[in-house]
Amino acid sequence: MQMKSILSALAITTALITPAIAQAKTVTLATNLTQYGGNGAYLAYYLTDANGAYAGSLWMAGGKAKYYRHLSDWARMTGGNPAEVAGITGASIGSGQGGYLSLDISDALFDAGYTLHIDAAAEDMRESPSEIAVPLTSKGAGKPVQGSRYIADFTYSF
Amino acid sequence: MIRSLHRWPGLIAAAFLILLAVTGTALSVFPALETVTTSQASAQQNVAELAAMVQAQHPSVEQIKRAPTGKITAWWFDGNTAASAVVDPATGKDAGSTDPNRLEQWLINLHRSLFLNDNGRMVTAVAALSMLVLALSGALLVSRRVGGWRRWFARLRGPWEGRIHSEMARLAVPFLVISAVTALWMTASTFSLLPDDSAYASFPSQTSGQTGFDVAQMAGLQSLPVSQLRDLTFPAAGDATDVFTLTTDRGMGYLDQGTGAMLAWSDNGPWAQVGEWIYLLHTGQGAAIWGLLLGLMALSIPALAITGALSWAKARRGRPALRGMAAASKAQTLILVGSEGGSTWGFATTLAKNLQAAGQSVHMAALNSFAPERYRHAERIVVMTATWGEGTAPSSAKRALERLAEASPSVPMTVLGFGDSSFPDFCGFATSFETAARAKGWDLILPEQRIDRGSPQEFARWGQAFGAKIGLALELHHQPSAPKAQALSLLSRRDYGEAVQAPAAILRFALPKTSLWARLIGRGMRFQAGDLLGIVPQGARIPRYYSLASASANGFVEIVARKHPGGLCSGQLMALQPGDSVQAFLRPNPDFHPDRGTTPLILIGAGTGIGPLAGFIRSQGNRRPLHLWFGARHPDTDLFYGQELAEWSENGQLAGLTTAFSRSGKRHYVQDALRQDGEALRELIQLGARIMVCGGRDMATGVQQALTEVLAPLGLTAANLKSEGRYAEDVY
Repeated sequence: MQMKSILSALAITTALITPAIAQAKTVTLATNLTQYGGNGAYLAYYLTDANGAYAGSLWMAGGKAKYYRHLSDWARMTGGNPAEVAGITGASIGSGQGGYLSLDISDALFDAGYTLHIDAAAEDMRESPSEIAVPLTSKGAGKPVQGSRYIADFTYSF
Repeated sequence: MIRSLHRWPGLIAAAFLILLAVTGTALSVFPALETVTTSQASAQQNVAELAAMVQAQHPSVEQIKRAPTGKITAWWFDGNTAASAVVDPATGKDAGSTDPNRLEQWLINLHRSLFLNDNGRMVTAVAALSMLVLALSGALLVSRRVGGWRRWFARLRGPWEGRIHSEMARLAVPFLVISAVTALWMTASTFSLLPDDSAYASFPSQTSGQTGFDVAQMAGLQSLPVSQLRDLTFPAAGDATDVFTLTTDRGMGYLDQGTGAMLAWSDNGPWAQVGEWIYLLHTGQGAAIWGLLLGLMALSIPALAITGALSWAKARRGRPALRGMAAASKAQTLILVGSEGGSTWGFATTLAKNLQAAGQSVHMAALNSFAPERYRHAERIVVMTATWGEGTAPSSAKRALERLAEASPSVPMTVLGFGDSSFPDFCGFATSFETAARAKGWDLILPEQRIDRGSPQEFARWGQAFGAKIGLALELHHQPSAPKAQALSLLSRRDYGEAVQAPAAILRFALPKTSLWARLIGRGMRFQAGDLLGIVPQGARIPRYYSLASASANGFVEIVARKHPGGLCSGQLMALQPGDSVQAFLRPNPDFHPDRGTTPLILIGAGTGIGPLAGFIRSQGNRRPLHLWFGARHPDTDLFYGQELAEWSENGQLAGLTTAFSRSGKRHYVQDALRQDGEALRELIQLGARIMVCGGRDMATGVQQALTEVLAPLGLTAANLKSEGRYAEDVY
C-alpha cells in the first residue's frame, strides 16, 4: 500500500497542462496487481494524445533506470529516457499488492482524447506493454478496468 | 597490521558471510538442476525455426525467452487469458510450467538483499567487500606463514584450529575472491555505478507498414543459433507500426514484420560484455558445473569463520594484551618472546609496560615472527625465551633459529633466557639462539643473562643493568600471574609405599563442572593423558606440575604423586582426603602425546612416571600394540596400577609388560630390563615403533644410554629417533 501526492506531476512532463493549478483536480490512481508470483513489478503510467503520440509521464513505480527498457511501449515512445520520470518515481509494487497514487491532473486533459497507459514488467518475466490503455474521461472515472497479466484491475477516480 | 585487517572484518562480518555462503551454496544447485531437467536446443537449430515452431503451436505468441541455462519460455494469449509455458525446442510444444520456483526466488532475495531491497543489497555488498579483504589479507598471511607464494601448498604446522583454517583457505581463496569481486560488480551495476553500455537501438522511425512476413524466412533469425538468443518479442497484434524486437548475447535490434528486414541493430559495449561474464561466474547460470564448484567452495566460509574465531580466541588467551602496542615497523624496542606455557609473556609484558612508561614505543610478538627487515624504526631487539625439554625451542620460537639464519644483523640485540638451573641444559635454547646470533655478527648488549625459576629479583636486577645500557631507568617489578586455577575436589586416593616411609598415591579428582558455553569456546577442561596439571600449593604462588594419568574423556583428573622430604606441594597432596580440594590448572603438553599412528608404542617409565603411560594404555584401547617397561622399587610398595596392568595384559590392551624392581630380588632397574629385551626392542623399532619415556632425570638418561646400546646393531641411536620425532620424553 502506498499513498503518494504529487502536486505538480504533469507540470514537469508536458506543456499541455494549463499553468493554473486551480484548474486541476486531484485524481487517485488505484492499481491492484495479480498474484503473478515474481519480484516487485515495475509500472510506467503515461498519457498519449488523440493521435496516439506520447504526451507525458505520470508516474514510474520502480527505481532503477536500467530496467525501464522492459516497459517497452513507454521506452519506445520516450527513447527510454529516465529524465521523463525524474522526480516522479517510487518503489516497485509486489505481487498481489496494490498501489495508490494521488496526482493533480489538469482538467484540460479529461474528455480530450487522451489515453492513460500502464506498461508493466517484472524480473525474468514477460514484458507487458500497455497492459492498461484507458481513455481519460469524466465518465470513466471510478470504473475499474481489467488488466491481463500483472494488473488485476485499475481505477482512476476524483 | 595485515593480521588485524584479517581479524576484525572476519569477526564482524562472520554471521553475514555464513548466511551468504549457505544461501549461495543452496542456489548453486538450481542452474545445474535446470540444465539437466530442460531439453536443450540442438547446436544446428536457429531462432527462425524455433520461432516458427512456437508460433505454429501458439499463433498469438508475444515473446520467447532463452535463459542462460538453456530453458526456453514462451508467452502468448489464449483469447483474453495470458498464458505461458516452457517450450521443448525440438518440437515447439509445451514442456512445463513457467511458475517461478518459490524456494529459489526466496533464496535469491535472501542472498542478494536479505529481503530488504536496496538497504539489504548494501549490507550484502559490504559483506562481500569484507570477504574480499579477508581473502586477500588471509592469502598474505598464509604466504607469510609458509614462507613465500611459491610454497603456497607447503605443509603446515601449529595448533589444529589455525592449521585447518589455513589449509581450507588456501584451497578456497581464489574462488572466494571471484565470488566477492563478481558480487561487488553486480551490486555496482544494479546501483548504476558502472557505465551502462548494453545495446539499445532506438525504435525505427520508418517501418514498411506491412504485416505478415513469415518468421521462418527472416534472414536475421535464420543466421542466429538458438544458443545465442536471449529474447524475441513479437509485434503487438494489429499494430502495423510495431516490429520484432530481438535481443541476443551480443546486442539488440529490430526486424520489420512486413519484410523481415533488420531495421536497426546495436551491439553491447565492453562493460556489458564483461557484465555477462561476471553474471555467469557469480551465478553459474550457463556454467552449471562451475556454479556447483563455487557453491562447494562457499561452504568453506562457515568452517573458516569457526576455526578463525577459535584460533583468535586461543591466541588471545595465550598471550597478554599490551595496551598501546606499536606496529612492528614503528616500534623502537621489539620484544620477542619464546614461551611454552605463557609465563615468559608475563615477564615480557612487565618489561614492555616499563619501557612504555619511559616513553618508548614497543612491539611485543612471538619469537617465531622474528623478521628484522620489518623493524624499520627499531633501536634494539629484546629476545626473552624459555627453553623446552632439553635445549629445544618452546612453541612460540620453533622457527626462530631458521628466521635468524635468514636475516642479516641490524640493531643491537639482547637475549634473556628463562629456565630452571636444576636441569642440566639450563636455558639451552636461549644459549643456542644467542650463539647463533653472535655467529651471524649481531651486536649483543649484555650477553648471557639468565633468569632462574622465574625469580622476580633476578629479573629486576637484569632490568637495572639493561636500563643502564640503553639509558633508561627501569624498575621491573614482576608479579608472576599464575594461570587461572580452579578448585579440584579429590574423589579417591590409592596409597602406596607407606610401609617403607616413601609414601606415594594415585590421586583421582572430579572434573570441574563447566558450562556448555565454556566448553564450546574451548575454555572447558579438555586434556589428554600426558598433559600437565599445575597445582598451586597453599602458601606459594609458583605452581608445581604433575603429568596427567587420565584424559578428560575418562571423566576424572588423575595424577600419581610421591611425597618429597620437605616438599610443600607433595606434602599438601599427601594429606588430601576425599572431598578436599586443591587449586589447579591445565597446561597442554602436545610433545608428549602418542601420535595417531598404528605402529607399536614402547612405553618406558619408572616410579610415578607410570602415570601418563597408564593413561595412554587406558585411552588407546586395542588400536595398536603397546609395550610397557616399568621400573619400581618393590612389588609390594610402589607397583602403581598393579591391578590394572594385570587386567590390561589379560584383555590384550597391553601387548607386553616387563617390570623391574630395584629393591627386591635381582635389584633390577628399568634400563637393565631394556638391555635384556634388546632383541624384542629392535624388532619393535624395525616395525616403526615410537618410544615414550616418563620418569626422573637420572632414569631418563639411563634409558637413553641403554637404548642407544640396544639399537646400535640397527645403526640407530636415541638421538636419531628423537630427531625423527619417534622418541618423546617427559622428565622431572
